[in-house]
Amino acid sequence: MAFLELDGLSRTFSGQRAVDGLSLTLERGEVLALLGPSGSGKTTTLRLLAGFEVPDAGRVMLEGRDVTPLAPVARRFGMVFQHYALFPHLDVGANVAFGLESRGVRGAELSRRVAEALTLVDLAGFERRAVAQLSGGQQQRVALARALAPEPQVLLLDEPLSNLDPALRERTRRELRALVHRLGMTAVVVTHEQEDAFDLGDRIALLQGGRLEQLGTADELYAAPATAFVAAFIGRASELPARIVASDVAEVEGARWPVRWAGPGAAVPGETARLLARPEGLRLTAPGAGRVTGQVTGRRFTGPVAFFSVLTAGGRALEVAAPPGAAREGDAVGLEPTGGELHLFPRDAT
Amino acid sequence: MTARRAEWLGWLLAGVLVWLIAYPLALVLVEGLRNSAGWTLEEVRRFVSRRSEWEALWASLWLSLASVVLSGAVGVPLAFLFERVDFPGRKLLGVLVALPAVLPPLVGVVAFLFLYGETGFAGRLVQYVFRLEDPPWRLEGPVAILLVHAYSMYVYFYLFCRAALSRMDGAMLEAASALGAGRGRTLRRVILPHLRPALAGAALLTFMTSLASFSAPYIFGGGYRVMTTQIVFTRLNGDDRLAMVETTALMLLALGALALFRRADPGGSLAGVGKGTAPGLARAGSARARAGIAAAAWLLAILLLLPHLTLMLVSFVPVGTWTTEPFPPVLSPGNYATLVAEPERLRPLLNSLWMASASTAAAVGIALLGGVLVVRRRVRPGRLIEGLLGLPWAVPGTVFAIAMAALFSVRSPWALRTVLVGTVWLLPLAYLVRNLPVTGRALLAGFRQLDPALEEAAASLGAGHARTLRRIVLPALAPALAAGATLAFVTALGDFVTSIMLYTYDTRPISLEILGSLRQGDVGVAAAYGVLLMAASAVVFALGARGEARA
Repeated sequence: MAFLELDGLSRTFSGQRAVDGLSLTLERGEVLALLGPSGSGKTTTLRLLAGFEVPDAGRVMLEGRDVTPLAPVARRFGMVFQHYALFPHLDVGANVAFGLESRGVRGAELSRRVAEALTLVDLAGFERRAVAQLSGGQQQRVALARALAPEPQVLLLDEPLSNLDPALRERTRRELRALVHRLGMTAVVVTHEQEDAFDLGDRIALLQGGRLEQLGTADELYAAPATAFVAAFIGRASELPARIVASDVAEVEGARWPVRWAGPGAAVPGETARLLARPEGLRLTAPGAGRVTGQVTGRRFTGPVAFFSVLTAGGRALEVAAPPGAAREGDAVGLEPTGGELHLFPRDAT
Repeated sequence: MTARRAEWLGWLLAGVLVWLIAYPLALVLVEGLRNSAGWTLEEVRRFVSRRSEWEALWASLWLSLASVVLSGAVGVPLAFLFERVDFPGRKLLGVLVALPAVLPPLVGVVAFLFLYGETGFAGRLVQYVFRLEDPPWRLEGPVAILLVHAYSMYVYFYLFCRAALSRMDGAMLEAASALGAGRGRTLRRVILPHLRPALAGAALLTFMTSLASFSAPYIFGGGYRVMTTQIVFTRLNGDDRLAMVETTALMLLALGALALFRRADPGGSLAGVGKGTAPGLARAGSARARAGIAAAAWLLAILLLLPHLTLMLVSFVPVGTWTTEPFPPVLSPGNYATLVAEPERLRPLLNSLWMASASTAAAVGIALLGGVLVVRRRVRPGRLIEGLLGLPWAVPGTVFAIAMAALFSVRSPWALRTVLVGTVWLLPLAYLVRNLPVTGRALLAGFRQLDPALEEAAASLGAGHARTLRRIVLPALAPALAAGATLAFVTALGDFVTSIMLYTYDTRPISLEILGSLRQGDVGVAAAYGVLLMAASAVVFALGARGEARA
């Protein structure tokens, strides 16, 4: 039996399906990242879990018990809000104590547990500080301590890193990951940043239009995207029209490239299809017969590798990862597959 | 609170507000069209055929428009001076020139009377200096009313424009300058469009306040009638049905003007699209110029503070000691002692205090419930509740006083009417209704600015509705509560227009006692009451500002 189960959850706002028949399960101690573009339904899913929204259909089960009818107060799910929602008129200690007081914790026990929660997030001794005096990172940690202090059964985090600058974001993400795993918390993290999802989630649920596109580890989503949307959303990918030769071979502008058929259904030789190529799935070579050829139209330097924009002879724009000195703007080049990361989808796949 | 219970409470609140606000106004309309024989247009015909009614309507309209122009002409330049120009004492003077805001309408009028009236300080001084037989002027008629209006209402333009100027992004001015715009073009194309919402807001507030103004036309009008005084005098003559038609006419004028204002300026924010800091202060070039500006500003501030100072001075004049002298020959604190020592003098103070406190507490309670139901629970009658909460603002106090008197003068349980006229309950109830727009607007805005995530965070941390309200919502709403309650309390404490129509001997408030003392020639006592009202208003405003700052 799964620890937490979302069973056919649906929620509609003004005729618009925000969450559409979403089902997935979490094991105890697992961290699930809900990833997707804006409007994909990830925050609504989190609010359905927390009890702030009531589903039109479906259930939320905790250890086999249906908690859907329970109010947020009764669920014992801790939540870290996107903008933290720290109570501005209460100091750090009173914020962290708030949930404990709701559970009847008083006196010395209360002080001890507040101190413990603050120590967990590396803010020991911050009890009497005003929340407005804290930096963004410190506020995020207070919000986390406040959610963790009452020892919730599930921790819900809504874009917990979105308000932090890039340097602080990476450090906080590492700390958050270490803390959640150390405590063995079952957690659901909403994010629209792939890097956050890859780093924080044991598994990632990629949502689009309120539906689950794919559920799996970061490696699975990257290496074996189930849909064209997943392939395009996770990592970088260029799209090319192709003709199916066999389930593992496609013809692109006259060249034959080894591909991974991503379905659904079987590959039908002779039919046109969509090829999604990762930048590292192609390499630059000299132009020649039997190769896709093109011209370098731009170069983006990122350090050890550069991303070259190539306009093919067929008029398609591609992105290819290569050593920074591999070509210059205006060079005529050939393109060859490196042996992986070329995913083939049916023509009408979404 | 379940959704069904919230809906039920929403309809209940809407029902109570309809009964207290819309129903009395409808009664005024109906009673103007009925007599003992049934429906009739007789009173409407009388109203239309009387020249004095049209003159009063016209007087109300043009005086209100002129008040807007005059108040703007004083308030806007002052806002620019204190917000954009640097000179010694700018901050202190900036606060001082806003002080007319703490003068309740009647007190402001009385202060003006003591200063510029026929026997006021200014008149006596001129008479003394030039050895005149008679007072040099009579402060009476439309000019006097306009002067008082401009004095008490320029503050709206001053405060609104200062706030808008302080929020202005200095980079916009730099951008205009970099794009070659001179001062005139920058003012016309950049600054004034930015100020438009503030100017429109101040103009509307001035117009509506002026249209509803009663104290100045009552004291200084003489034979010159505006609609508010016309209604009162018609009622005093016992012509109740004609008074109802007059009341309806004034109400329609107010609502029509409000609709026109809204149409002319539908609102909308012109807030900057980027982060920005307020423009820097302009510095006068030479030290002499700076000193000149400072001296002019001080002079202006003193001029604007003279009514306050006059009121304080007159409050120390014992009864019968000041006759023809330019300056009171005797000063003593006896008037203040009288207010506390004599039960009959103390009674109006206590009356005003308890009625203002009770009506404010009730108005805050209703507004709080309205905020929860309209903003948080989004109940179906939400728009109706919000509209009703704001309606008394658009309707002059005289109209509401007549309407409340109409509703509560007949015992008819089936028509939801009972007799409260002549009891101690009617006046606080009327204050409550008139306070609802202030508390309602403040708390609804407070709820809208309150991040719903705070309440959700409290719920996720196990707090129930009551604890969330007590520990999270109320403290977070403290600025809105402080602002709404402060303004409501001060308005009720100094109310004159509703009180003069609905008071009884047992509920006579301070304003009526001021009027009574003036009529008896007891100017010192009248001024002492005025000073107490002014001080109470200042203290309450200061406490409110402190509450806002703390929260």
